[in-house]
Amino acid sequence: MTVRLLTDVFDPGHELTAFCAGRTESGAVASFVGIARGEAGAVTALELEAYPGFTDAEIGRMVEATTVRFSLHDALVIHRHGPIAPGEPIVMVATAAAHRRAAFEACDQLMDYLKSRAPFWKKEHGPDGVRWVEPTAQDLDDLRRWE
Amino acid sequence: MSVRVLLFGRLADLAGWRERGFDPAPATLSALRAKIAADDAALGEALCGKGVQVAVDKQIVRGEAALAAGAEVAFLPPMSGG
Repeated sequence: MTVRLLTDVFDPGHELTAFCAGRTESGAVASFVGIARGEAGAVTALELEAYPGFTDAEIGRMVEATTVRFSLHDALVIHRHGPIAPGEPIVMVATAAAHRRAAFEACDQLMDYLKSRAPFWKKEHGPDGVRWVEPTAQDLDDLRRWE
Repeated sequence: MSVRVLLFGRLADLAGWRERGFDPAPATLSALRAKIAADDAALGEALCGKGVQVAVDKQIVRGEAALAAGAEVAFLPPMSGG
C-alpha cells in the first residue's frame, strides 16, 4: 500500500506502469485519475490544503480498510496539494486484486471516500474571487453506497 | 517550550495566520482557546464553530486535553475532500 501527497505535477501513465510491473498473481488492476476542471473559465486555479502527517495517515487508514474489505493485493493513492491548474491531474487511485470486480469496486469506493471525507480543504480561484468548497450532496450520497 | 498552533482552510483566512507559537505553553486546550479568544474574539468563536475538529500531535481529540510542552495543536474546519 502506498499513499503519497505531492505538490508537483505527476505522470499517471508512468505511475500505472510502475504499479503493474512485476505482478504475476494479480489478475486485475483498476485505476482512476481525477483532473482539475476549468468550468469554462469559472475556475482559474484550484488550491488544495493538506495537513502532511495527518492527511496521509487518515487516507492510509481508509486504504487499509478497503484492502481488507476487497482482499486487495495492493493499492496506490497519489494526491496533489497546493495550487493546481485546470487540466492537471489531482488524484490517482490504483488497486490490484485477483479479479476485476474487487479491483473496480475498491477503486470506486476509495474515490468516493477521497472526494468527500479525506482531510483536504479546497479553495477555488475564479474571476469573482476565491471560495472554499465543501463536499456536494452528490459526493455524500456516493459515499453512502458503501455503508 | 511553546505550543505550536496550526490553522487550516477558512480559519487561517479569518485569523490572518496559519501557524503560531504560544509561549509560555498553555497547559490545556481550554486555556489555549481562552488565550486565542483574548487576542482575537472572532477567531476564538470560529474555533468553537460547528464541525471544527481539533488534533493534538496529529490525533483527533474531543473535548478537553492536556497540552505537553512542544505540542502541536491543529484546528480543522469541515473537510472538503480532494
